[in-house]
Amino acid sequence: MAEPIISVAGLTVMYGGRCVLDGVSLDIQRGEIMVLLGSSGCGKSTMLRHIIALERPASGTVCVRGVDINRCSAKELEQIRRAMGVAFQEAALFNSMSVKDNVSLPLRELTTLADPVIEIMTYLKLSAVGLGDAEHRMPGELSGGMKKRAAVARAIALDPEILIFDEPSAGLDPIVAAGLDDLILFLKRAFQMTMLVVTHELASAFRIADRIAMLYNGSLVTVADKESFRASADPRIRQFLDRVPDPVGESTTVQSRLCELAGMKGASA
Amino acid sequence: MNPLERVGSSVIDGLGYVGGLSTQLWSALCASPRVLPIVGKRGRWRAVIGQMAAIGVDALPMIAVMSVCTGFIVAMQVGAELRRFGALQYVMDTVAIGFTRELGALLTAIVVSGRSGSAFSAEIGTMVVTSEIDALRTMAIDPIEFVIAPKYVAALLVVPCLSVMSNAFGILAGAGFMYVSSKITLAMSLNYVADSIELRDVLTGLLKSSVFAIIVVSVGCMEGFRTRGGPDAVGRSATSAVVKSTFLVILADVFFTAIYYMVRKD
Repeated sequence: MAEPIISVAGLTVMYGGRCVLDGVSLDIQRGEIMVLLGSSGCGKSTMLRHIIALERPASGTVCVRGVDINRCSAKELEQIRRAMGVAFQEAALFNSMSVKDNVSLPLRELTTLADPVIEIMTYLKLSAVGLGDAEHRMPGELSGGMKKRAAVARAIALDPEILIFDEPSAGLDPIVAAGLDDLILFLKRAFQMTMLVVTHELASAFRIADRIAMLYNGSLVTVADKESFRASADPRIRQFLDRVPDPVGESTTVQSRLCELAGMKGASA
Repeated sequence: MNPLERVGSSVIDGLGYVGGLSTQLWSALCASPRVLPIVGKRGRWRAVIGQMAAIGVDALPMIAVMSVCTGFIVAMQVGAELRRFGALQYVMDTVAIGFTRELGALLTAIVVSGRSGSAFSAEIGTMVVTSEIDALRTMAIDPIEFVIAPKYVAALLVVPCLSVMSNAFGILAGAGFMYVSSKITLAMSLNYVADSIELRDVLTGLLKSSVFAIIVVSVGCMEGFRTRGGPDAVGRSATSAVVKSTFLVILADVFFTAIYYMVRKD
């Protein structure tokens, strides 16, 4: 098998003595869409922040294109960051800039392209995400789905090899979310990008993923293709797929539950 | 935690804060050539111009009003005492020396801290909680260069100018008092001013205002970067920026005045 474009090995993250990620290892191959699934608070976003070098781990390594991003030089890290596009959960558009200026920012800052070329490239990227007619609007004037599309346009401005999405469907209605899934598949086909998508939306995951990795309480449960994942008998995966809630108490009636919460006797009645 | 540990912890926190300010200042100074026209990155100087307008031009009316009021207050208070000794002409000396050495720079710093220091903190704090700073870092754009350096350069250029304007407004207010109270003409008042102040006084005021500008920008930006949480945290950071920068400005002023007092030979 070819060398993975992203390789996470033994990633351990501690926040104030609490272990958030416990020796997680994951390889992402060139050109695939890897979906990182998991319930809220299981460490998905933390893992993503370490993969994009926003935080340093307690132990373990994160290698991108064969370079350990926590031990490389600032110049190497800059090169790696140029090869990565990140679409944040809240879009993270600069509110004081128009959509066009947001998308053209990396082109202006990191390239020596002439202004007319930047204008054309910006329009192309906005058109690719279906926002060709919204370039002069401010982020505050966009809907949630449009903001996420604009964030994707900015993330692909420099034609990165790797595209990373943090909860792309969060807070969107199913139709807009499905539109974003289509966009992710289109970008993969059009630009042959490697993608890491962090989400807890099952429908979206099964639609776009080549492989699915699942985190549970800071540990990696499995990395599998869609069919194997769907057929898994692992109770943690089944609970997630079958939408079974964690037990919150032993009470079966409203009254006994209220008694239990109040710490009164007879809670189990 | 016993009282000794609490004091030790506060001292360590304070030293850490000052260390953070120093590191941030050094990084911003290293990045500042890249925000200048011609030698800097393309278009980045426009951000400096925008900041100069926000810090300087927009603050001028408030500084003018505060300086005129303070000039009048100082002239009236001093005039009431000096009139008893028949030394009313020394009112202008007091106002001129007071403003050039002290009040011009201090008033300017307090206004800039209240307006721009809090604005820097709120702006950067909002960028932190909405992941805009993270977005810059993932795009390989240095937040220090993109967000902070233009503020430092702009403040270092306009705050001393505002301080000079404050001196001028304060002195004119003193002259106004002299005319109203004793019919001493503006030309004569300005003669008193020219006789009383030295170049050293003006330069001291300019040096002070430059240091105050650095303090206000450093604290405002630092509080913004330390913001964690949601919108309420942004508000707390803005308040904290004004309180801390005003405190540090007055502390620095005491330090400067003590040095000035010690090195003055005559």
